[in-house]
Parts: sequence; C-alpha cells; structure tokens
Amino acid sequence: MDLKRWLEAPAANVSAPKRPRLNMLRGAITRITTPLLPDDYLHLANPLWSARELRGRVVDVKKETATAVTLVIQPGWGFNFDYQPGQYIGIGLHLGGRWHWRSYSLTSAPNWDEKLISITVKAMPEGFLSSHLVGGVPQGTIVRLAAPKGNFALPTPPPEKILFITAGSGITPIISMLRTLDRHGDMPDTVHIHSAPTEDELMFGDELTAIAEGHPQFTSHVQLTRSDGKFALASLDKFYPDWRERETWACGPSALLEEIERVWKHEGIDDKLHLERFEIARADTSGKGGKVTFSKSDRSVDVDGATSLLEAGENLGVQMPFGCRMGICQTCVVPLTAGHVIDLRSGKEHGEGDRIQTCISAAAGDCTLEL
Amino acid sequence: MAITDIKEFAHLTEEDMEAFGRELDAVRRDIEDSRGEKDAAYIRRTIRLQRCLELGGRIVLLGSKYRPAWLAGTALLSVAKIIENMELGHNVMHGQWDWMNDPEIHSVSWEWDQTGPSEQWKRAHNYSHHTYTNIVGMDDDIGFGILRMTRDEPWKPINLIQPLANVLLAATFEWGIALHDLDSQKELDGEQQKRFWDSPSNRAFVRKIGRQVGKDFVLFPALTGPAWKSTLTANATANLVRNLWAYAVIFCGHFPDGAEKFTMGQFETETRAEWYLRQMLGSANFEAGKVMAFMSGNLCYQIEHHMFPDLPSNRYQEISEKVHALCEKYDLPYTTGSLGKQYLLALRTIHKLSLPDSWLRATSDDAPETSSERKFRTGDAPVVHALRIDPLTGKRRGLRSAIAEARVSLRNAKKEAKRQARAQRDRVKSLTA
Repeated sequence: MDLKRWLEAPAANVSAPKRPRLNMLRGAITRITTPLLPDDYLHLANPLWSARELRGRVVDVKKETATAVTLVIQPGWGFNFDYQPGQYIGIGLHLGGRWHWRSYSLTSAPNWDEKLISITVKAMPEGFLSSHLVGGVPQGTIVRLAAPKGNFALPTPPPEKILFITAGSGITPIISMLRTLDRHGDMPDTVHIHSAPTEDELMFGDELTAIAEGHPQFTSHVQLTRSDGKFALASLDKFYPDWRERETWACGPSALLEEIERVWKHEGIDDKLHLERFEIARADTSGKGGKVTFSKSDRSVDVDGATSLLEAGENLGVQMPFGCRMGICQTCVVPLTAGHVIDLRSGKEHGEGDRIQTCISAAAGDCTLEL
Repeated sequence: MAITDIKEFAHLTEEDMEAFGRELDAVRRDIEDSRGEKDAAYIRRTIRLQRCLELGGRIVLLGSKYRPAWLAGTALLSVAKIIENMELGHNVMHGQWDWMNDPEIHSVSWEWDQTGPSEQWKRAHNYSHHTYTNIVGMDDDIGFGILRMTRDEPWKPINLIQPLANVLLAATFEWGIALHDLDSQKELDGEQQKRFWDSPSNRAFVRKIGRQVGKDFVLFPALTGPAWKSTLTANATANLVRNLWAYAVIFCGHFPDGAEKFTMGQFETETRAEWYLRQMLGSANFEAGKVMAFMSGNLCYQIEHHMFPDLPSNRYQEISEKVHALCEKYDLPYTTGSLGKQYLLALRTIHKLSLPDSWLRATSDDAPETSSERKFRTGDAPVVHALRIDPLTGKRRGLRSAIAEARVSLRNAKKEAKRQARAQRDRVKSLTA
C-alpha cells in the first residue's frame, strides 16, 4: 500500500478521478520526468492530455439566436461528468496571447456516455469575451476548464412540484435541468415562466415546445416582453395559484431576482427559493476602492483606490507573501477569486481567475483574494 | 567607497533624473500594451523546442555505449538544459509570461531542472538580488558569498584561493546557487536556530535535490541497463555544460568593468528613476547574435533585464534600442562588449581582488570594477554644478564623457610620467658617459 502511495505521490495534485492505475503510472513517470510532469510532454502530442488543469476541445458551435451560441465541448482527462444540472463551469479562452477566464452555466444534461458538455453564451454589449464567443470560435479550439460547481442545482430526486422563473440568458442553467428531467423521463409537475424580448431572441424556443408536448405535466410559459409586457409576479396567483407550494429556481437580471426575493420573503416561503446571479459587476475604476476579502483568513476591509492590497492585508494581520513591494519580483502573486483589481502602475484591470501582484494592485470595487 | 549619490555620479540634475525615469516608464508601457499573440507563440514554441530536444537527447542516449550517440545525446541534452535554465526557468519565474494568465507558464507554478527549489531561488534572486542590485552588503549575488568582486569588501586571507574557488563555482554553479538560495531563504524566514530537519526550507531543499540527483544519476542510468555508465557520464556532462554556460552568462552580466556598485546610503533615499539608473549602471551586456541571445535567455541584454525584469525576454532586443538611445541622450555609458572581452574583464577582477589591498593601486572610488562620484570631484564640489553642456558642440557632457576624459587624462599622465622617467634616464646616461 505504501508503495502505491509512493508511486502516486508526485502526481497527487493532478490525479485523474476514477483511474487509480493511471494515477500510479503518472506518478511513476513523474519520477523520471521531474521537475516536469508526464503531461508536459503528453500535451505536446494532444493538448487534451493535460491534467495539470482541465482542458477541453470545442467540437461544435451551434447558433441559438442572432446573439447567442452553444459551444459543445469535449473535456479532456480528469473531467467529472457527475455534475448537477444547474451548475456552472469556468472556461478559459486564449485570445491575443492571453487566457481570458469566465464562468458560464452548463446547458447540457450530465452524461457519462457522450462525454460532451455544452455552454450557451449570449453576447453582452460590454462583454469582451462573450462577444468574441458569439462572433465565432473555430471548431477544434482548445479551452481551459474548471470543474463544475455551484449550489444552484437540481437535487436528485427532484421535488414533486417545481417552478422555474427565468429571463434572457437566465434560462441556461434551467435548460440543463429540463433536459435532465426530460432524459430521465420522470418530469415532475413543473411550470417554467421564461421572458425574452422577442421571438427571435428566444433561446431554446423549439425545445421548450417539444418538452411540453412530450410531458403533459410540464407547462412552458413564454413571455415575449416587447409585445406582451413584463411578466408580473402578482399574476402568479391567477395563472399558477399553487405557486407557493412549488420549489422555485430563478435566474435572470438582478432586478428580477430582487423582486422575486422580496415577494417570496414577504410570503414567508423564501426557504423554497433558489437564486442564481450571473456576475454582471464590472471593475469600478472610479478609484474609490472597495471591500477586500481575504477568503482563507476570513477577514475583510474597506480600502481606497490607492492602497495596495498587500498593505490592506498586512494592516489586517493577514499572512501576506511579500517581496520587493514595487512589482518586479513576483513573490506576492496570489489568485483573485472574485471581483476586480487595478494595476496601480499601468491602470490595467484584472478580473476573477487572474493571479495578481498584491504589492502594485488596488481594489476596483469589491474583490476577494485567496489568502 | 561605492556610489552613494547616483545623480551626482551620473552627472544628472533632479529634472534630468525625473525625465529619464518618465521615459523609461513609457518604454515599459509600450511593451506592456503591445504584448500579444506573437509573444505567446514565441514562448510556447520555445517550450516545445526544449521538450523535444530533451526527449530526443534521452532517446539518443539509450545508445550511449556508442561514442557518436553519446556525443549527440549529450549535446542535445546540454542544449535542452541550457534553454530550460535560461530562457524558460529564469524568465518564466521572473513573471515575464504571467500576463498570459496560463497556469502552465506562470511564475507561481514553474519548477526548474536545477538542484535548488524554484521557490527559494525566486526569493533570493527575484527579490533580494533584483531589488538590492549591486548594493554592497545587501545583494549577496556580488560574488555569491564566495568571491570578492569589489574592493569595497575587505580582503581576507581566504580570498587568496579565489582563482580556484572561481573554477569550482563555475563547474558546480547550480549547487552554488542552490546553497546560496537556501541560505537567503533561511535568513528571510529567521530560521538559523532550528535543527536541520525542523526547517521547512531544508526539507524542501533535500527533497528537490533527491529528485534531481535521482533522475539524472540513478533512474536514467538504471533505465539504460548495460549502458548505465555512459548515460551517467552523459548526464553529468550535460549538467556541467549547462553550469559553465549559466555561470559565464551571469558573470558577463554583472562583473565586467563598468558594472558599478552602490552603498546602502544610495538605496535608502532612492526614487523610482534612480532605481532604474542603478539597475542600468550596475549591469553589463554582451554582444550576441540571435542564437547566442536565445541561448543566454536573452541575458546578453542584462541591462534591459535588470530594468524590466518582468517584461518578456523576446522583447529585450527591441527595448535595448530604446535604452541605448536614452544613453545617447543623457550621455550615459552603456556597458557592453564581446562575450570574450566581458568574461576576461570579470576574470581579471577575480584574480586581482584575490590579492590584499596593499598590493592594489586603485581605490574603491576609482577602480575598474567599482567607482563612485568622488572620482569626478575636484575639491569638495559636486560635479553636477560644473558646466554640463559642451560650449563648442552644444552636446550634453555627462557621465560617459566624464569617464572618457578621465581615461584620457590618466593616459596622458602615464605618458607624461614615462616621458619624464626617460628624460631622467637620458640625463643620467649623459652624465655617466
């Protein structure tokens, strides 16, 4: 047993789940390829054979609407297909020499057989990456992936009565849930209220119709807001009087979510409510700073836009790695897990997923460091 | 004593200094803004090349019993190790490619093919050496604690064996660096008192050495079976070649004449512009073509590297043109020369400074390897108050002109002394005749 552990040890951080033999082999080879990993050689032959980090290949790009596409991705080694419908993944795309990192909801239903996943991306006017994705990603593009995560998920078994409320691209995590329920064939009593501006901008319209045809217990309520107006939560009593009994999942613009939250709280049924907020906050470059949270040490502080994150942390007593304090030595580099920071020297922004130098970075809005 | 006032040494006024700093900040911004796909492709191509060379070398060495295979395999492996050390390890760990946001090519995660753990090297090199560059007493890279490379340091009898220590350091350079880094890591962590195995730095150090030595000197030889001996010698040779080359590049970048030393006094009051200038005056380049530049990890542009340690190495050539132009503008020296010349200058210092001070003629204010602003003072007046624009040509008269003039007057003084000696001799001769 000890031999097994010794063999696996060098590759322990990058082990492939469910493949103990592979882990052992990789560990053994690592002894020879040290300080590199076998992957460093293997992914020269095939980029998907990297297990330092998850990778994927775009195998299909499907147009959903004029402003939305679905990327079908074949994940490389080590991806766990046991995700829950409704969860999201991190995806990195290589553009202009650098990797850009974003999170998107999975739109596929979990499936070990096909070994494919999909995300659906709607172009946002200010979204650099989303516009690029919708503008066209060539088939075969290699992307970085982060394991699926998130609490916004459909449990197994699903509750008996469900209400989904979505708007715009908020439908993406829900379509994954619907596809899963559809695939398993045991659709509970489900109402889905979805708002889109027009027919043309409605994502998955045909699929919603098809699911509704196949399952009489599923009701699809599509609200085309430009012609029908906004769906009023007050009309729930009229259309779906049992809505209070339903386990509810809602996803969409924050105004909608806030309203829902208020109503559900007022009714005293907010324990039945699950919300998913897409990150829409952008860097606050007004120079006002923001709230910096140090996640591991569980401390936070409000700082101005001129205080370096290193100083902020040190003042709080957080154990901060430090070096030259002028941005040259890379000793203080840590991952930014949420929010945005600004490089005090160049004014360049860094966002979630970037590793940043704390000594020359200041908060640009609220942000979280993994420290 | 080494330089205590860099402005005065460089013949620059306060305003000059600020303008100089601003121009360098602009150079930095230009490069940062234009980093892109081409640069990313460059580093990925380099990585691919290095992996293929290493893999190729290891495969060829399977037949290392045959002399041509031994030679070819060793050559491939040596080149692979050099690229891995210089253009990849050194530069990636400086964060030159962190902007790509690629976890596989990042200063945080890179581990290199050297005996010392990269974490410890980054502390000693990126932090201590690059922040306190050439400050006597702060930058341990001046002589790596073994060699006396400036007469600012007092002579000790042990310095007599310096010529030998130098050869040893060159041959075992990676070990020298590893021990040097371990020491500074422990110093920074305040670990001196701990017992050997209680120290996390020691444990990391031993673990890394175990893997490195195990790979090159146990596992690979064992894998080749009957040819184990020739594989072992091939691996040892490749490590030696890499050590010698890395040593030569480092010494040519830091120890030729003209690479100045500084005092703590200078550091304590330093502005960002003065920091740039210290990096520039403290380093030296050597002339290199494309291939040699690549093999040196672009450290033939040591001056540029020290001013912008975290900008991508493939851009140093372009940066060097701009830095060179700034040197013209401010009449500053740009220390460079052929690889051979730069190394011989370093070698001269190593041998000369092995001798006691009483045998040396120059002072640390005016010696080939270290000088200070006092070298230019007439009386007690700082040189910046002197006339700085040549009335005839209208050109700036700065440090470079001052050095050239000092050299000419030294030569003239020597000539004059010789002439007088000859005249004296002639007189004596004519008297005795």
